[in-house]
Amino acid sequence: MTTTLAPSQARPAKRPVRLFRHLMSKVALIPMILTALVVFVGGTAWTVVHSFTNSRLLPRLEFIGFDQYERLWSTARWIVSIQNLALYGFLSMILSLVIGFTLAALLDRKIRFEGAFRSIFLCPFALSFVVTGVAWQWILNPDFGLQNLVRGWGWESFAFNPLNDPDTVMFGLLIAGIWQGSGLIMCIMLAGLRGIDEDIWKAARVDGIGTVKTYVRIIIPMMRPVFVTALVLIASGIIKLYDLVVAQTNGGPGISSEVPAKYVIDYMFRAQNLGQGFAASTMMLVSVLIILVPWAYLEFGGKKRG
Amino acid sequence: MKLSTKLLAATCIVSASAASAVELEVTHWWTSGGEAAAVTKFAEAWNATGNTWIDGAIAGSGGTARPIIISRILGGDPMAATQLNHGRQAEELIEAGLMLDLTEVAEAGGWRDIVNPSSLLDSCTLDGRIYCVPVNIHSAQWMWLSHAAYETAGLPVPTTWTEFVETAPALREAGLQPLAMGQQGWQQNLAFGAITLAVAGLDPWREVTVNKNADVAAGPDYAAVFAAVADAREFARGSNVQDWNQATNMVISGTAGAQLMGDWAQGEFSVAGMQEGVDYSCLPGLGLNAILDTGGDAFYFPVNSDPEITAAQLELAALLISPDVQVDFNLAKGSLPVRGDIDLVAANGCMQKGLEILANGGILPSGDQSLSPDSQLQIEDLMAEFWSGDMSAEDAQARYAAIIASAD
Repeated sequence: MTTTLAPSQARPAKRPVRLFRHLMSKVALIPMILTALVVFVGGTAWTVVHSFTNSRLLPRLEFIGFDQYERLWSTARWIVSIQNLALYGFLSMILSLVIGFTLAALLDRKIRFEGAFRSIFLCPFALSFVVTGVAWQWILNPDFGLQNLVRGWGWESFAFNPLNDPDTVMFGLLIAGIWQGSGLIMCIMLAGLRGIDEDIWKAARVDGIGTVKTYVRIIIPMMRPVFVTALVLIASGIIKLYDLVVAQTNGGPGISSEVPAKYVIDYMFRAQNLGQGFAASTMMLVSVLIILVPWAYLEFGGKKRG
Repeated sequence: MKLSTKLLAATCIVSASAASAVELEVTHWWTSGGEAAAVTKFAEAWNATGNTWIDGAIAGSGGTARPIIISRILGGDPMAATQLNHGRQAEELIEAGLMLDLTEVAEAGGWRDIVNPSSLLDSCTLDGRIYCVPVNIHSAQWMWLSHAAYETAGLPVPTTWTEFVETAPALREAGLQPLAMGQQGWQQNLAFGAITLAVAGLDPWREVTVNKNADVAAGPDYAAVFAAVADAREFARGSNVQDWNQATNMVISGTAGAQLMGDWAQGEFSVAGMQEGVDYSCLPGLGLNAILDTGGDAFYFPVNSDPEITAAQLELAALLISPDVQVDFNLAKGSLPVRGDIDLVAANGCMQKGLEILANGGILPSGDQSLSPDSQLQIEDLMAEFWSGDMSAEDAQARYAAIIASAD
C-alpha cells in the first residue's frame, strides 16, 4: 500500500493530502477500525434487521414488521424489567458516586493505613458478579444470613429479608451491586483528588473556606473529567446488569427482579425466539442512544466550538 | 542424555495410550444428590469400556443449562454428547444439520421395537431419521406427602388433592408449611400443569395444549383450574427455598406437608433413606386422574469433525440404552426405563405405580412435545408472576388464554 502511495505523495510535495498525513499510524489503526465497523456497527445492524423478522432458533429473513415490538411492549415481564433497570440505574448511579467520592475524600485526608483501607475497599471489585451474587444471596437469606445472626444476638423481632419480598428485592440487588462497584469508583476519585494542586487547598485555607465547602464548590467542579469517566463506567455496568441477577435471585420472586438483558438472553436461547430477543436488545440500544446522544453532544460537541 | 531418552519414551507411551481411549465431554444438568448418583452410573459404564467420561455438569436446572448448551453448539464448540429434553427443543438444531444422525445405531439395536412408549422415539425422529437416545421416562404429575408432617398435625395422610386442600389449613395451624414450593418459574409451571390435569381432566387439557383452543382456555374448566392454583398459591406462601430439591427436603424433614414435583423427587427420598408408604407417600396424577405424561431426558450428539469422536459417540449412544445401564441408571434416578423389555424387580412402590399406569395406557404427550419453547416460556413467566404476586385467578386465566391464542 505504501509503495503505490509514494509517488502520489511525492508529487504535491508542498501540501500533502490530509488523508495521508500520519500514514503509518493510520495503517496501524485499520484493524481496529475494521473491528469497530464489522463487529460493532455490522453486528448491530444485523441484529436490528433481524428484529423485524420471525426468526426462531436460527436467524431467518422473513419480515413481519413491528410484530415483535408490539408483543414486547405488551409483555408484563418486559415492562417490569424496564422499571427495575430504571430504579436500579438511578439509585446505583447516585449511591456509587456519593459513596465512592466520600470514601475517596476520607482517604485523601492523609489518614494512617491508607493503603490497607484502599485495598479493602477495592477488594470486592476483584470478585466476579456471580460470586458477589451468590455471597449476598447467602448473607441476605433469612434462615442463615444476617437476619439469623442478629436474632441470635437476642433481637428476636429483627426482620431483614429483602430478597423474598417482591417490593424490596431490587434493593437487595442494589446492596450487592454497590458493595461490588463502589471500590473502583473510589479509586478513580482518589486519583482525581491526588491530581488537584496542593496550592488550591492552601489558597482556600487562606481565604478561610471550610473543608466541606472547598470540596463542593472548588474541588468537585475541578474534577469534572473524573466524574465523567466514573459515570460512563457506572452506566455501562448498569445496562449490562445480568450475571448479578442470575446468581442472586434469578429474576425472582416471580418476575420482580427481572432485567432487560436477562429478557434478551432468555428469549433468544430458552424460548428459542431470536426475533423477540433481538427486538428487546434493539430497544435497549435505543434507550441508551436516547440518553447518550444529547449528553455526548453537549459534552464533546460544545467543547470543540469553545 | 539417558534420562531425556527415557522421558521421551514415556511421553510417547502416554500419548499413545491417550489416543486409543477417547475422551467424551458430556454436558447435563443433573446436580442434585439423586441425579448425581444416577449420572455416575452412566460414567462408570462408559469408563468400563476403556474410554473416558468427562463430566460437564451445569448447575441450576435446565433453564440455566439449555442456553449454555445451545449457544456452545451454535458457536462451533460442541460437546460430544448432551442431555436435552425430548421434544421440540432441538428441532431447529437438527434441521440445521448440527446433530449426529443415529439411525444406523438405532436400527442395529432395534430401538423401534424396544422403546416403550414409542412416542419417546418419535420425538427423537425427524423425517424418518433418529437423532437422540431416550434414556428415561419422567412424568411431572406427582404429589409427595410427608407422613411426619401429618403425624405432627394429627391428621391422616390424604389420598387425593381434594383431601389435601381440606387438611392444608390444619397443617398451617400446626406451624407447618402446607405446600413446599421452590421459587423458580418452571416449578410453579409444573405445579400448574399437574393441577390442570388433575382438576380439569384430559379432554380440556388436550383441547388447550395440543389444539391451542383459546376458548376452552378461557372457559369454565380452566376457571376451576385457576381457582385451584390460587388455593395452592396460598398454601405455598412462606416457602422461601429456591431449588426443587430444597423443597423436597422440606417434605423429607417433615417441615412441609406436601410438594408437587415430578418423579425425579423419588431419587431424593431414596438418598435420604426414606421408605415409601412408611415415611412418605406418592400420588401419581395427584390421586385424581391416573394419567402421566411421558416426557423425559434424551441424549443428543452434536456433529463433530473428528471421526474418532464420531465413532465413540455412536458407541456411547448404544451403551446408554443397553439393558444393564438402563436398570442401574433408572433405579438411582427414580425414573422409569425406556425399554419395555426389562424387569424392574428392585423398583419401589412409587415406580411400580407409575409402571402400572403406563401399562394401562394412562399416557399423555408431555407439554414439551406440543407447545413451542417460546409459548412455554411465556406461560412460565405468567406463572412466576402469578405465584409470587397477588394477581387474581381471573386475570391470570385471561392472560393464559391470550398466550394460547397466539401459540404456534
